[in-house]
Amino acid sequence: MQTDLIQEARRQAEICNACRYCEGYCSVFPSMHAGRAFSEGDITQLANLCHNCRGCYYACQYTAPHEFDLNLPKALAEVRRGSWEEFAWPQPLARRFHSHGSAIAVVLTIGFALMFWAIRSIGSSGEGFYAVLSHSAMVAIFLPAFLLPLFSLGIGLRRYWRHVGGGRLDLSSIGRAVGKAAKMKDLAAGHGEGCNFEDEDRFSHARRHIHQAIMYGFLLCFAATTAGTVLHYGLNLAAPYGLWSLPKILGIPGGILLTLGCAAMAMLKQRSNRDLGDAGAWGGEMGFVLLLGFTGFSGLALYVLGGTVMAAPVLALHLGAVLTLFVLTPFTKMAHGFYRLAALVRDAQRTL
Amino acid sequence: MTDYDIVVIGGGNAALCAAMTAAEAGARVLVLEAAPKAYRGGNSRHTRNFRCMHKGPLGPLVDDYSEEEYLADLLKVTGGKTDRTLAQLAIRGSEECLPWMQAHGVHFQPSLSGTLSLARTNAFFMGGGKSLVNAYYRTAEKLGVDVFYDAPVEHLELEGDKITRVDYSHDGQAHSVTPKAVVVASGGFQADIDWLTRAWGPAARNFLIRGTPFNRGVVLADLLAQGVESEGDADQCHAVAIDGRAPKYDGGIVTRLDCVPFSIVVNKEAERFYDEGEDVWPKRYAIWGRLIAAQPDQVGYVIIDAKSLDLFMPSVFPPLKADSLEELAGKLDLPAEKLVQTVGEFNAACGDTSGFHPTELDNIATTGLTPPKTNWARPITEPPYYGYSLRTGVTFTYLGLKVDETAQCRTAHGPVRNLWAAGETMAGSILGQGYLAGFGMTIGTVFGRIAGQEAATYAN
Repeated sequence: MQTDLIQEARRQAEICNACRYCEGYCSVFPSMHAGRAFSEGDITQLANLCHNCRGCYYACQYTAPHEFDLNLPKALAEVRRGSWEEFAWPQPLARRFHSHGSAIAVVLTIGFALMFWAIRSIGSSGEGFYAVLSHSAMVAIFLPAFLLPLFSLGIGLRRYWRHVGGGRLDLSSIGRAVGKAAKMKDLAAGHGEGCNFEDEDRFSHARRHIHQAIMYGFLLCFAATTAGTVLHYGLNLAAPYGLWSLPKILGIPGGILLTLGCAAMAMLKQRSNRDLGDAGAWGGEMGFVLLLGFTGFSGLALYVLGGTVMAAPVLALHLGAVLTLFVLTPFTKMAHGFYRLAALVRDAQRTL
Repeated sequence: MTDYDIVVIGGGNAALCAAMTAAEAGARVLVLEAAPKAYRGGNSRHTRNFRCMHKGPLGPLVDDYSEEEYLADLLKVTGGKTDRTLAQLAIRGSEECLPWMQAHGVHFQPSLSGTLSLARTNAFFMGGGKSLVNAYYRTAEKLGVDVFYDAPVEHLELEGDKITRVDYSHDGQAHSVTPKAVVVASGGFQADIDWLTRAWGPAARNFLIRGTPFNRGVVLADLLAQGVESEGDADQCHAVAIDGRAPKYDGGIVTRLDCVPFSIVVNKEAERFYDEGEDVWPKRYAIWGRLIAAQPDQVGYVIIDAKSLDLFMPSVFPPLKADSLEELAGKLDLPAEKLVQTVGEFNAACGDTSGFHPTELDNIATTGLTPPKTNWARPITEPPYYGYSLRTGVTFTYLGLKVDETAQCRTAHGPVRNLWAAGETMAGSILGQGYLAGFGMTIGTVFGRIAGQEAATYAN
């Protein structure tokens, strides 16, 4: 862990702990105020609990130009990214994609090229998009591209759990954490009016709602793919599926939510003050949001253009994006959802 | 330049309450805030709660807090030095203020950890006073109030019984404005150390100012010089004992130390001078500012041992730590031999400590010691030993403008027809001495609203 970032966050947390005015805002402060001294693990846990709503920054008497120079959302954001990089496995991939959108673009380009190459050289067998690339070829590419990042993420989360002193996993803590994440409670402030993201101290639900659109959009798309897999293997029903089939009923709204959500998030981020977050990760975060949005958008395009001559190139673009998203999950902002959930579980263990 | 009906001088709670009320009554309002935007809000920025009378649960407040009990609490801390009419106006007005505050954007929360004793009497702002100030600026803007930051007022021209001109600077340039009415809500004069020194003597040079450096009393001095009547004594103020390492200005809440009841406090000669365990800390913190001010060099030293370290809210600066009292004396620059002797005498005067209870008066007292320690008296024997220096931290001064029940100011010849005052700049009428937690915000809110209403009525 980068000791200077930890030390700065600790300096600020010690000031917060003597003040406590913000304890009504989110999960960070009750957790912080439970102790008097902050270990590296404590700071890492607080950092991953923080949703960067910025409510505490605008309420703070001690922000610059005050000599205490508090900017807790920024300090925690920097520790947070540092923790993801520290815990990621394998390490050579850990420290590039969080901060560099261009690195994500390079992988995406490779993903596109790989899919175009696969379509040309492996070819087709079947209907719909299997007429472009066979099902077995897709499985051969995506099964490892799905499982390996999950394995990698598992290692990272395990390291996190040990670092923050998490206990044995229990259902009630997990349940409480999932409940908080499902409602994105920590982006609503204690009074339920939202966060201070895009217009200084004005409370708004914009970021919370946009984030919900992205999260639920992604989950719907993921559910659609799962439903397709079940239909394929379980019921022996191969794609293409009709409009009223489960993959489409889940996938189309999911794709729309994901696309619109990411577009809105990209715009919202432009309006926010970069200095209240991890300014060094700006490019990587933006690259990730655009990648996620493009994945949804290309999926919708594939649905619209599936029967046309555009099917092959659009399929290549969509699959290239999905491949990139999956492969880079442990090394991009995508990882934050998993760490955040782990932090919420840990926090629930503290209070239950 | 727009013609303003009302100019409000100041940018804290009282000023904004006046501005919003006047704007809602249809007046064109200009707020002149001396501080830059980042430091707007005066001392309100550092506040955290509002003392509120109520019958039955109200907002975050539990049970009841009657007018009689509230007034009795005030009389106790002020020793009766209060204008009873104005005090009752503030107390009675507080109840309807709470929903009004919510309607103007303030969010409350249950009382903060470490302040549970206030759950019945004080409503805490979620995020503290700066979030209240932020909400009020947002609401005021929506109501069409104009706000100039970096706009200190230098002079009000009093002609006969009216203010005819307000001179201020903005962006480094001199400006004047001629409103129909003026509300002064620009606080006390505590940030002007020279003025404090004239009132207190040279001791004031060693005081720390807990709040905004912008409350220099310029408007107050200007009005007093023109014969506007004052109330309160220049040497009365809300002062508490704070961490001696706090910044000269603006240290705010985090510089407080809650460890006095579990300690002994000595002066620079390493001698005790007051009963550290007289009462629970929320009832005693406001007298320690004066106690420290009366000591040589206006400094005190808190001495505790390892067993007391976790009994109080964490301090913003870590305590000095030593394995022996001699070593601690060295770090605190105290005479070591004398400190050892003082602690020894204290320890010898302690008795059975088995009934020790950190959050209640436990009557664990010394015997035969002068001054005694009447509660929480446990011997200081367990290393490591910890020490803090204490200095007098001034929150606000009580010398201010004399007002009537309509918050109107006056000269010897009668009322100034278009001048009202609210907040700390007139709080001295109600707080002759002492302080009641959360009462400053009550005075500011109640009289801010009265002043805004009266000024708007006059202007219309």
